[in-house]
Amino acid sequence: MIALDIFGITNNGLLAITALLTGFALVALAMWIAKLISPRSFNPQKGEAYECGIPTRGKSMSQFKVGYYLFAILFLMFDVETVFLYPWAVRMRELGADGLISIAVFFGVLVLGLVYAWRKGALEWK
Amino acid sequence: MQDLSTITDAIHSFLLSFLPGWLTTTVECVLIGVGLLLVYSLLALFYIYYERKVCAAFQCRIGPNRVGPWGLLQSFADMFKILIKELIHLNHIDKFLFALAPYLVIIASMLAFAVLPWGNGLQVIDFNIGIFFLVAVSSIGVLGILLAGWSSNNKFTLIGALRSGAQMVSYELSIGLCVLTMVCLAGTMSVGGIVEEQADLWFIFKGHVPAIIAFVIYMIAGTAETNRGPFDLPEAESELTAGYHTEYSGIHFGFFYLAEYLNLFIVAGVASLLFFGGWMPLHIPGWDSFNHIMDYIPSVVWFIGKAIALSFIIIWFKWTFPRLRIDQLLSLEWKYLLPINLFNLALMVCIIVFGWHF
Repeated sequence: MIALDIFGITNNGLLAITALLTGFALVALAMWIAKLISPRSFNPQKGEAYECGIPTRGKSMSQFKVGYYLFAILFLMFDVETVFLYPWAVRMRELGADGLISIAVFFGVLVLGLVYAWRKGALEWK
Repeated sequence: MQDLSTITDAIHSFLLSFLPGWLTTTVECVLIGVGLLLVYSLLALFYIYYERKVCAAFQCRIGPNRVGPWGLLQSFADMFKILIKELIHLNHIDKFLFALAPYLVIIASMLAFAVLPWGNGLQVIDFNIGIFFLVAVSSIGVLGILLAGWSSNNKFTLIGALRSGAQMVSYELSIGLCVLTMVCLAGTMSVGGIVEEQADLWFIFKGHVPAIIAFVIYMIAGTAETNRGPFDLPEAESELTAGYHTEYSGIHFGFFYLAEYLNLFIVAGVASLLFFGGWMPLHIPGWDSFNHIMDYIPSVVWFIGKAIALSFIIIWFKWTFPRLRIDQLLSLEWKYLLPINLFNLALMVCIIVFGWHF
């Protein structure tokens, strides 16, 4: 009842590349059209960074709050966890209780990681 | 249920009748590309109109009603307007990264778009790890946003991009865990397989409490993931002008706008895939005549209908709730959604392994 392959193409990598090239073509094509029909004018003031009216003070590509970095690190930890859980999730019914116990240990360690980060105050935005 | 692959198969055999095999495949790939491009742009235009109309209804206004009947052509007019706007050349930007950012954003959403199950036999990419591929490619978009903010060499864009980065990676986690919860229930990662599993009943009804919790969390996280609604800090116009795309002009800006609306559709589409059966009609076990009537509605209508209905909820969020602060946003994810999500996953696993259901 359920048909999967479009045009009988079974090579999904090819289809993924097609989608990728389509995305690329969309941007390239629209940029090309815009360059053809959009007006052009030159003014040295136009190239300045957008600000409230005065020139930007200092460098813009500057240091920023470390808090963002901290959340990125935490994200990395939990995202890798999710990646490890996916294969088990697919085979969960076959693996049964044994698989559940082994994954519960892994899961428990990561929950402890979250508890540790929480207690350390890493989840506070200061 | 009509099998749409008969149409593609007919085109395939027609092409094969006068072209060699490799050329047929090439022509078909081009056809797929053109199809994707058309559906992508038309959906984006539809969504711009839809959002404006819904927003107007919530604010007791009429919305676009001048261009075309009921203002239907308004978004076409907007698109042409944006195409004829000047592309401003800036002085101190990182030119390569500045040009690269829209490509990444659009390609990420296009790849995710191609994985969606449009109808019976109408799905472009179907890896056996389909839903995982979707989560993976949709997270490329955040790179584009970070690059856009960084390369613009502007303080507003940098802050906007960093906020967006922190927000999107945080809520990526919730999305990943919700998807994982539903993969546990489905027992497969293939998009076609997940749809097939829901042939008798949709997962939202089949999955008991965990599926409903996962759905609620998914909708919240999906709203945050698209930088919309109460979570639109990256482009908070009262503080950051336009956030990470402040320096983009004309169609360059249009790409971010396009990708935002398409991501809205993708989030709603994935929600409909995971919880409401993708293109699968509403089937209730035992009600055979009802199921048979439901089968008459084409699968494409089911999928797009569900996605549009779910995106209505996301648009509703946007026009109802006030914007959050960054600390509230991060504590919502890390202190509420993530623990609930982990607990929910454990609950779902227990229900499945120990058979605590019907």
